Amino acid sequence: MSSEDYHVAVIGGGPAGMAAAYRAWEFGAKVILLDENSYLGGILPQCIHPGFGIHYFKEELTGGEFAHRLQKRIEDSDVEVLFSARVMKMKNGKKKRLVVISPKGIEEISASTVIYAAGARERHVFELGITGDRVAGIYTAGEAQALMDLYGIMPGKEILIVGSGDVGLIMARRFALEGAQVKGVVELMPYPGGLARNLVILQDFNIPLYLSHKVVEIRGKGRVERVKVVKLDSSGQEIPGSELWIHADTVIISAGLIPNIKLLKNLGVRIDAATGGPEINELWETSLQGIFAAGNSVIINDLVDYAVEQGERAAEGAWHRILENRDGRWKKVRRGNNIRFVVPHYISGERDVVLYLRVSAPMENATLMIPELEKALHFSVLKPAEMVRISIKKEELEDAKGITVEVKP
Amino acid sequence: MRYRVAIIGAGIVGTSIARVLSRYENLDIHVIEKNPDVGWGVSKANTGLIHGGYDDDPDKYPLRAKLCIRGNEIWHRWVKELEIPHVWNGALVVALRDEDIKELEVLRRRGERNGVEGLRIISRKELLDMEPLLTPDAKAALFVPNAGQLSPVPAVIALAENSVSNGVKFHLATEVRKIGVKNGAVRWLETNRGRIDADIIINASGLYADSISRMLGIGYFTITPRKGEYLIFDEGIPAPSRILFPTPTPKSKGVVVTKEIGGHLMIGPNAQDLDRKDKENFATTLEGLKEVRDKAKKLWPRIPENGVIRSFAGLRPEPTGGDFIIRSEELWGFLNVAGIRSPGLTSAPAIAYHVRDLLIHELDVKLVEKKKWNPYRKDILRISRMSKNQASSLIGKRPQYGRIVCRCNLVTEGEVMEAIERMRYIGVPQPSIDSVKFRTKATGGTCQGSFCRPKIAWLLAREYEVPLWKVTLKGEGSELGIGDIKVLLRGDGK
Repeated sequence: MSSEDYHVAVIGGGPAGMAAAYRAWEFGAKVILLDENSYLGGILPQCIHPGFGIHYFKEELTGGEFAHRLQKRIEDSDVEVLFSARVMKMKNGKKKRLVVISPKGIEEISASTVIYAAGARERHVFELGITGDRVAGIYTAGEAQALMDLYGIMPGKEILIVGSGDVGLIMARRFALEGAQVKGVVELMPYPGGLARNLVILQDFNIPLYLSHKVVEIRGKGRVERVKVVKLDSSGQEIPGSELWIHADTVIISAGLIPNIKLLKNLGVRIDAATGGPEINELWETSLQGIFAAGNSVIINDLVDYAVEQGERAAEGAWHRILENRDGRWKKVRRGNNIRFVVPHYISGERDVVLYLRVSAPMENATLMIPELEKALHFSVLKPAEMVRISIKKEELEDAKGITVEVKP
Repeated sequence: MRYRVAIIGAGIVGTSIARVLSRYENLDIHVIEKNPDVGWGVSKANTGLIHGGYDDDPDKYPLRAKLCIRGNEIWHRWVKELEIPHVWNGALVVALRDEDIKELEVLRRRGERNGVEGLRIISRKELLDMEPLLTPDAKAALFVPNAGQLSPVPAVIALAENSVSNGVKFHLATEVRKIGVKNGAVRWLETNRGRIDADIIINASGLYADSISRMLGIGYFTITPRKGEYLIFDEGIPAPSRILFPTPTPKSKGVVVTKEIGGHLMIGPNAQDLDRKDKENFATTLEGLKEVRDKAKKLWPRIPENGVIRSFAGLRPEPTGGDFIIRSEELWGFLNVAGIRSPGLTSAPAIAYHVRDLLIHELDVKLVEKKKWNPYRKDILRISRMSKNQASSLIGKRPQYGRIVCRCNLVTEGEVMEAIERMRYIGVPQPSIDSVKFRTKATGGTCQGSFCRPKIAWLLAREYEVPLWKVTLKGEGSELGIGDIKVLLRGDGK
């Protein structure tokens, strides 16, 4: 196979990668999809809760069900899948060359374009600066989820959750449903991090939420025994004397995801400090021609539906690159007031685009504005936890030299 | 005459002694270790430096001064014979103030007196050419060409494997409770796993050497734990190519800036004396890590605020008097090898030969060399260090070497399986993630194991035939779970 050329090589068989591979095949491309696991789906198979697919399939599915639908498509297509495969090195050029290791050996795969959909990783305890003992019972949310719902083991019985994002809240429910006592959810910010639909979990299971609190120390012998939490003032400084010790045997770290971009970085792709992912244009092409990216390796999505949409857009981009190999005249998308990030970073005005963005701080009765297009959208509330997705028609973009996205009260 | 030798402690000192003594036909060697694997005590949290030998004043610390330089020489041979990951990159002792330069001169003269070759004081310009990212405040440095680095726990593992191949028996997860004496000589050890007979007992039990010695009423020294904390940074963050020391103080060699063997920037340790009883306190502290950071920044200003992938603390065994205590005691057959603080890792091979000489000269043991003794030990096959052709041919024969388990450090299932085989070879009785980590580097990268730990646990559970939740992180009491997923709902959880 090593001498064979593909139109598109997709790295990562999670939702974005599967969607990209399938859509590229639909366009007529010869596609190979690489995944490090022996199954497709990425993180989805360990997500046994519902809430997936409401936008994309118009029905509510579990993670496994959602993954299964995309897997079926891949199976019914001519997309070639290489399992248990890890890309060790990527070389850029007119042809992209991937050095891949798998139980079949080490091979070089050559493709006209690459769609990078390698997902994200979780921030871990050491990155949070938590000190103390390095003992058992400290897990990232994803690891705990894998242990419970892929491997069938119970990590502990008294659980403290660090971070009130969706993953943390879903794990709080998961633990409570298996009979564990969830001692609390500790959140650094003065407001909770998850989607509204997940925040009800705290009431449903009577779980205390510690806002403006920080876990600073974990102690125990062999296993977690107690956790030191301090209160923060409005500027985020620890308030002396506010320390409290919470007894728990398990600490779940749910403190955010970081795009996996090691291979892109090594290639010299331009990275956006605001997202931690690559800069991309409206076709989800990175700063290197023919290298596309999609899903959580670009921005951390709330919904799998968005990752799939991004994968499909990247496939469109890859096919466009193969057919036309022409560059648009790029207009910059600028971040204005209270915007933590917005992607894509560049648009052309030649086609409709979808912008994804998050605000930096919560705002009520907010107006999202793009002054260059005289566009204003009203929201009763905008929260960092909820990604905003807006569509813009190409007609609206015709005269703009660039656009600025900003949020004002 | 045959002798049964019991070495208490499977750290770098105990396993070095085991290797050296395994050469003799008439010794029947047993290593007794309370942890379930080797190298988990003082050896575990250690900077991993092979020191040059200029630091120890021969008038104050004659054993340290003598054994460090000899140990350095022997390591040059042992790392090759045992395929221990290492680098001979040299060290720079950096002067930041004009008055430090005088101190460098003192170190250079002392080093020459100790027999260190090639020491020289280099100018600011040469120094910054060698390490362009070093602080511009540097005035000069002592260049120590013979210094290097190795991975301490892998070194202990290599020594243990080599010892086993030469007939040494390891008793892991075995704690000494009492020492039996008869007619003025040691006779046996009582442990949690029964009695082990011994004619000669070598106490290499690190932090606990004073307690073991006191079992026999020998209490002329105490061991005080001195805590040192460290930070390791993510790959891609610039690290020096040589070992960087500040100009030392009387208490410590100072916070060191290195590129550890895995390629990551590592800084530490500080030095905080704990209470004599506080020997299980391996907790990192906010103040300690801040001190490490602040001190390291003086040498290496580009230490980022973020990018830490691991912090840890180790305890060094600080003896009464400060020098190594290596003695054949009056009670026949009992040897103390205690207070092996820095430069203990460097000195370990020389300590081992010194102990052998004590057996010959103090105990009149006539040692008979084996006709066949195996000086070699092969490292685990590592895909990440192979050429493409080597890797392909290995995977062709054994496909599990093509299946990546730890994505950050590119560790394959084949390597994990080989690690498990080797754990069994030296007698590791329980499966733990740390045993695999120290043998393969899996879980030691950017993500710190959040993706691969369950996979490794699964392989360990399968091979050790235990339920998955019983696999531990680092020995009994650190199990990954409390039962299967329904254990609490059934109501039979702990």
